Amino acid sequence: MQTIRKLVQAVWIFLINGFWGFPITGNLYQGPLKIICSPGLNCYSCPAATTYCPIGSLQQLLLSVRFSLQTGHYYIGTFVLGSMGLLGASFGRFICGWACPFGLIQELLHKIPSKKYSIPPLLNRCKYGVLLVFVVVLPLLVVDQFGLGKPWFCKYICPAGTLEAGIPMVFLIPDLRTTIGFIYLNKICILTGVIIWSVLASRPFCRTMCPLGAFYALFNRVSLIKLDLDKEACTNCKACHKVCPVEIRFNETPGSGECINCMKCMTDACDFEAIFVNVAGYRLARTGKSRPVSARQS
Amino acid sequence: MKRKLRKTPFILLGFFLLLWLVGISLGEPTRVLEQAKSICLECIGIG
Repeated sequence: MQTIRKLVQAVWIFLINGFWGFPITGNLYQGPLKIICSPGLNCYSCPAATTYCPIGSLQQLLLSVRFSLQTGHYYIGTFVLGSMGLLGASFGRFICGWACPFGLIQELLHKIPSKKYSIPPLLNRCKYGVLLVFVVVLPLLVVDQFGLGKPWFCKYICPAGTLEAGIPMVFLIPDLRTTIGFIYLNKICILTGVIIWSVLASRPFCRTMCPLGAFYALFNRVSLIKLDLDKEACTNCKACHKVCPVEIRFNETPGSGECINCMKCMTDACDFEAIFVNVAGYRLARTGKSRPVSARQS
Repeated sequence: MKRKLRKTPFILLGFFLLLWLVGISLGEPTRVLEQAKSICLECIGIG
């Protein structure tokens, strides 16, 4: 199952970054597909991006909401929020585990051999603050004399944007190199920090900083498709605790907002078919499991 | 294990579908497309 998940993640990377003509055009994709919401965190300024980033677009709409209203337009983010909500209400954080390019990058980084560390559960809450403060409140309330705000999360934090757009664009458009300043270097430092942290801990950005993950986490308990627990079948053997990449105790907190629904606990740990995919209240038939020997012995 | 259709996801889907349609009726996709077509220098930490 984890091999299938990796393949699905790879397919998603190429679907939402499918414009490979950028070295020839010298610019990013400008076609009509960019009206489609990227399910995962993927910067729309990435030269290969074929979809828009919901977090980037939401900030852009919120930061210019006063200007829009003054000019008679009602661009208040309903289209973007609607797209995000449709994805969240359908899949919850399945998107994080199966369709996010930056999630896959962190997973691959974590495969680099090194001493591994856990992340204090308290830090998991920071991502909700990032969503509220950097994506909604600051772009909406901190404005200049023209009534325009800033895309605070993108501008000062987003390491995905730095990796997927900031660095490639500077190589693609040499003129941009002269404009590099403190903010860019600060973002490079954040990206470097996230890369090192990803080697040492599993998916640190998703768990502590990602505003899109925080938004989808709100739906994890109620989404149309979710990972669920059959409490009658669960023996509390705690096998699911040992394999979880985000260190949650699935059988104690099914539907946790931290669960990225990678299904590792279901396919690689649970011997009792207690964990299953729930689609609108109905159990999806299980297709078999590939449980490693190490997990079986413990 | 008893099976029961969960209604909450459908209510949420309906709500967000309504928001999405309101956004379309207000012409927001055009604005989103305009933004997504151009390089957001501020977004990538330049400018």
